[in-house]
Amino acid sequence: MTKLEITRSAVRRPQGRRRKSCPFSGPNAPHIDYKDVKLLTRFTSERGKIVPSRISAVSAKKQRELSTAIKRARYLALMPYVIS
Amino acid sequence: MRLYESVFIARQDVSTQLVESLTKDFSAIIENGGGKIHKHEYWGLRALAYRVKKNRKGHYVMLNIEADNDTLREYERIMGLNEDILRFMNISIDEVEEGPSVMMQAQKAERSPRGERSDRSDRGDRDNKPAPAQEAASEAPVETATKADGE
Repeated sequence: MTKLEITRSAVRRPQGRRRKSCPFSGPNAPHIDYKDVKLLTRFTSERGKIVPSRISAVSAKKQRELSTAIKRARYLALMPYVIS
Repeated sequence: MRLYESVFIARQDVSTQLVESLTKDFSAIIENGGGKIHKHEYWGLRALAYRVKKNRKGHYVMLNIEADNDTLREYERIMGLNEDILRFMNISIDEVEEGPSVMMQAQKAERSPRGERSDRSDRGDRDNKPAPAQEAASEAPVETATKADGE
């Protein structure tokens, strides 16, 4: 009985795995720029959608910045709107 | 007077010289209006991510300009009328980025070792690369010596 409870909580939070920190915060974090297509594509899905911050662990502030950068890159045809 | 970053895409069947002269014309508009051109970059003929006005490729030019509102409006109007311009975007920026933009560096990396496509995340060496000449499109020289640091 008790054993089962332990495993269940273990499923909910894998031991020793803390929340990843934001990839754009910290000392040598990359600068978000719409011209940096290679960086921006890392934050889009295979279909070309912007990856939600709860998955990519980008902070809210940086996510806003990132999304405008991606949208600018899309407008200039540097990145696709959809990959079909 | 404010700082703007302007990118425009010219049609693919326009020659490089014509792109140059278009850039000169647009720069002249800014300078006649009392503005300044801080930086000029030609990104070359790039493949577009999707078709724009039935074009698959385009010449990209970036200008960092300092101008007031009226000259920018005029600049945008002229660009909109020009049929060789597929698209343009002007955004206001806080300061002009020093050295060549990411785009120029990416091209340099892509041109020398073909198909390497390294996913290097270090971009710390951005500032101490020498500024390339404006015609980086015509076979940029392989520069490995300056890339040693920043790892």
